[in-house]
Amino acid sequence: MSLEHLPLLQQLMVVLAAMALFTSFVLLEQARLVAAIHAFAWQGVLVAMVTAIVAASSAHAHLFFSAALTLGLKGVLIPWMLHRLVRRLELDRHSEPLRRPALVTMAALALVIFSYWLVLPIVQQELIFTRNIVAVSLAVVLVGLLMMVIRTQAVAQVLGFMSMENGLFLAAVSATGGMPLMVELGVAFDVLVAMVLFGVFFFQIRASIDSLDVDRMNRLTERVDEP
Amino acid sequence: MTVAAWGLALLQALLYVALAPLLAGWIRKVKARLQNRRGAVILQPYRDIYKLFGKEARMAHTASLLFRAAPYIVFTATWLAAAAVPLVATGLPTAAIADVIVIAGLLALARFFLALAGMDVGTAFGGMGASREMLVSALAEPAMLMAVFTLAMTAHSTNLVSVVDHQLASVDLLRPSYLFALAGLVLVAIAESGRIPVDNPATHLELTMIHEAMILEYSGRHLALMDWAAQLKLLLYGALVANVFFPWGIARDAGIGSLGLGLAVVIAKLALLGVALAVSETVLAKMRVFRVPAFLNLALLLALLGLLSHVILEVGA
Repeated sequence: MSLEHLPLLQQLMVVLAAMALFTSFVLLEQARLVAAIHAFAWQGVLVAMVTAIVAASSAHAHLFFSAALTLGLKGVLIPWMLHRLVRRLELDRHSEPLRRPALVTMAALALVIFSYWLVLPIVQQELIFTRNIVAVSLAVVLVGLLMMVIRTQAVAQVLGFMSMENGLFLAAVSATGGMPLMVELGVAFDVLVAMVLFGVFFFQIRASIDSLDVDRMNRLTERVDEP
Repeated sequence: MTVAAWGLALLQALLYVALAPLLAGWIRKVKARLQNRRGAVILQPYRDIYKLFGKEARMAHTASLLFRAAPYIVFTATWLAAAAVPLVATGLPTAAIADVIVIAGLLALARFFLALAGMDVGTAFGGMGASREMLVSALAEPAMLMAVFTLAMTAHSTNLVSVVDHQLASVDLLRPSYLFALAGLVLVAIAESGRIPVDNPATHLELTMIHEAMILEYSGRHLALMDWAAQLKLLLYGALVANVFFPWGIARDAGIGSLGLGLAVVIAKLALLGVALAVSETVLAKMRVFRVPAFLNLALLLALLGLLSHVILEVGA
């Protein structure tokens, strides 16, 4: 099925999913932490909008609740918490440009193509067009993973982790019409707890190595006092 | 019939030349108002060109024949490229050469001679400007072609007229690939026509200038032609963005009514684009030259994402 046979609402959903993928790239390339947090908030808002559209075009009424939950949690609460953390860690002017931006972009684009290739057999078996969004959400997951590999700064790595979670949520919503409400509540709560724990860890890391650059943890060695 | 059609095509090409300084003047006026200045009248670029044509064209002693010929080649190549882009009507005989690869080639030809002329006299500024222009264009061209290929894949043709027709036939479709291609093409257009985050068209007293550095040695009618060609290029990109992505109102037959409507609509669209450009130029600051590759990297990324989202999301398995 191609785009011409879709109702307008689902076309809008496809556009929003593509924009969520774009915010993933913005997150990956963004040098300044505060701007990256804003990009993450926009991604949360876009995922919430996709969820709301799925809810409106299908009979799953509980998806409205989950869209509101996503908007509140990933669009507002977690970005706000991260923002506060960054301000308290005095990192709000911190900027760390990528060393090889063109190479990283090409790697991320290769990941998009890879995830499309991976999803192709699944999509071919099904008739519902919106399952193509599964490829996009898998790409969001992989780009988030790439961000965790490339970035050395702890807060940026957490952003990559959270955007991976966004991608998984997008996949669940677009492929199966959402998870049961209990599971979604559990995941949302987990993400919130993870965020609080990350906050504690930031202070711990900084207290022990006086920086949030996790590459420096490789150089930690245990001093053995020879007798 | 064919004579009338060719006449219309010629009229459209002349319209490009006639409108180009008006667009430049309009952008300057809006920008001046935004900066709380009164600004020169909108017709000022015409007066500048008229004045420059009346002045003597001075040459450096080291200038070769190339330096003398370059303004004519640059102007003609840019004009030919512009004449191929549909401005008011689509069903003209020039539609046969309205191929995006032809247009990119003609613009590359103009740029090649511009850069050669910049280096010809042998001043430091000319060589510097030429090398920067080549840096920008080498990075902008792949992004432009990728953005255009996104459209071509949707319309199954690289001809602009069929792209426009295809877009007119499917108005009720939201295409993510068009969104990305539009954003990519706008960034390329800003870089290629030397507008603010990349180059500042209002000054030639900066060390970071690109376009002005190349034409620093020109005077008189040569300078007028170079300026006119730059304004023509801006209008070309404006018409490309306005007519390919928002083609509504363009005349599809040769009736007086639809032609008149097409002209009015395209002028309104270009005026809106001019206001948008003036606002963005007022809000943004010029980038360092070494930041420009990152800017064009973003354009390429957007264009590639447009291509990929067309394949992934629009074609369907």
